Amino acid sequence: MAAVHGPQGGYTPERKGFLGWLNKRLPVDEFIRSQLTGYYAPKNFNIWYYFGSLAMMVLVLQLVTGIFLTMFYKPGEATSFDSVEFIMREVNFGWLIRYLHSTGASAFFIVVYLHMFRAFLYGSYRAPRELLWILGMLVYLALMAEAFMGYVLPWGNMSFWGAQVIVNLFSTIPAIGPPLVEWIRGDYGIADATLNRFFSLHVAAVPLALLLLVMLHLVALRQTGSNNPDGIEIKKNLTPDGFPLDGIPFHPYYTVKDVVGVGVFFVLFTIVVFFAPTFGGLFLEGPNFEPANPMSTPEHIAPVWYFTPYYAILRAVPNQRMGALLMGLAVLVFFLMPWLDRSPVKSIRYKPFISKLALAIFAVSFVSLGYLGLQPAEGSYVMLARIFTVLYFAFFVLMPIYSRMGQPKPVPERVTYHAH
Amino acid sequence: MRIKVRTLRALMCSALLLTSGAASGRLFAAEAGEGAEGATQTSWKAWHADFDVANKGALQRGARNFANYCLGCHSLKYMRYSRLGQDLGIPDDLLNKYLVPPGEKPANYILTTMPPGDAEAWFGKTPPDLSLMARARGTDYIYRIFKTYYLDPTRPTGANNLQLPGIAMPHVLSELEGLKKPVYKSVEKRGEDGKTTTEQVFDHFEQVAPGRMSAEEYDAFVRDTVAFLSYVGEPAQFQRHALGIWVVLFLLVFTWLAWLLKKEYWKDVH
Repeated sequence: MAAVHGPQGGYTPERKGFLGWLNKRLPVDEFIRSQLTGYYAPKNFNIWYYFGSLAMMVLVLQLVTGIFLTMFYKPGEATSFDSVEFIMREVNFGWLIRYLHSTGASAFFIVVYLHMFRAFLYGSYRAPRELLWILGMLVYLALMAEAFMGYVLPWGNMSFWGAQVIVNLFSTIPAIGPPLVEWIRGDYGIADATLNRFFSLHVAAVPLALLLLVMLHLVALRQTGSNNPDGIEIKKNLTPDGFPLDGIPFHPYYTVKDVVGVGVFFVLFTIVVFFAPTFGGLFLEGPNFEPANPMSTPEHIAPVWYFTPYYAILRAVPNQRMGALLMGLAVLVFFLMPWLDRSPVKSIRYKPFISKLALAIFAVSFVSLGYLGLQPAEGSYVMLARIFTVLYFAFFVLMPIYSRMGQPKPVPERVTYHAH
Repeated sequence: MRIKVRTLRALMCSALLLTSGAASGRLFAAEAGEGAEGATQTSWKAWHADFDVANKGALQRGARNFANYCLGCHSLKYMRYSRLGQDLGIPDDLLNKYLVPPGEKPANYILTTMPPGDAEAWFGKTPPDLSLMARARGTDYIYRIFKTYYLDPTRPTGANNLQLPGIAMPHVLSELEGLKKPVYKSVEKRGEDGKTTTEQVFDHFEQVAPGRMSAEEYDAFVRDTVAFLSYVGEPAQFQRHALGIWVVLFLLVFTWLAWLLKKEYWKDVH
């Protein structure tokens, strides 16, 4: 979109000396101009727009702490658990590195879920941002794989049994299921071979995929530009020079604003890391402080909170194969969002009541399923999980119908912004 | 001196167990003991191990209790004597004199001298390492274990437990707590079919024989021990709290400055 940025967009100084020499050989200034100072973002971002940059921040945090953990962690049935305790007790500030990493995993999902919900609120997945949304969803899938395999590494009893349950889900695939599971595990049960390959995938393969996907996600964002809470395209209103009237350069305006977000995030984050690192058993589960024991199943096998909505869906279905299928669909259905939403407007601000109600029901269902996934599957919990599973899928399946119903409010020509 | 007490205790334990027929090695903490079933529903589940892990005195007493009553069978395999001394403020000479067993170095891990094979034969299972017990099961769990032992002649050890019915561990603190038996009360319960049935529910404990300690002293003893095990579960928790305050304060100042900077820049945006 050269017409928008324009060659004069942003500040590109004439360089002399070393920087001049450098820029002739490496497009440093050009990169800064095209990605930061000449990239225009809508000026009406609200609090929901912090979570993208926060997700980047947490990704860096996980990479750095992960590198340090890898220096001391020893994958293996006989060594994993001990080496984690070694990190917690004998490595200088090992406890801090480990808690940053374990809390970071949960924080990653918190910011990513809020980031995704932002897209639900303001229709950020809709044309022309379908591919941006799909790339984001691929990041989410990679993140789930990364988190799952990372959780196995401490080789606590919940690591072991969690891996057992999740890997066995693949055995429900017709025909190729059982040999596929064996291939994944590298053994007839969750064992040393499984642990070592999960380590390899967790520290090398998946992080590489994550970085690539995040980069593509950002490139796609630069191509379409950000959506905003009004759900209107700022590129429709340009100055005579070709700048968006409602846009401001990402740097310095959103860089300084995002630093405030990072500050607030880290205040909350460090309060958890230093004063409640297990978060009442939600971020680090009690049974995982016991070494993996194939002879002793924990009382309730529950994944970490960020997987529990899907886990609740899995358990809500009496048939295991159908449950696994529904669980997979519950994640994959997100990919279809750009085509399910037929509303004439993007933003929730201008959508009619029925669409607002549907989103509210979905949000309540997702959180409730998350809660139910942590509880034992018995009594009234099962029925509740079934009701919320139906509501969860109804939100998507019925969207092509209800998103066209009702009268949307008039969408303004320009973004809503009140200077502070 | 230390080693003598421990050896003596181990011998006593094994003698007790051998005579009660536990040598068959079928002592798993799985099945509920007689009478325990209906009793697992009342107030003892609300007992909490209220303790202050920052209280160094309590931790030191807890360390002493552990060395005297637990170390005979249980290890703290991730914990070194020297770290204990440092964190709990025990001077080196006292540490060596009272806590480090003869023949052990301060840098050694705190390991029991009971051979695992013998343990298996005497108790049916190897007594678990306690380094992470407070983190895995919670401090209330440990507290309730020590508060809900009761006489049960049907058990090979003569003792059973409300928190862990069929517990393999004998009531090693009975000389301190004394012996007690549970008293049940009848409670009418309406079943799902609408019929009322009478059920025996645990009501309270009745002291049968006194121990060396009063009820209050024993409670304090257990709380100190639980506080110690909580510390052992995560020795870094002192550092964590001490450092955390400064990190959060720094970040608050940083965020405030960042906010001022943001306000300054955003003055231009109308």
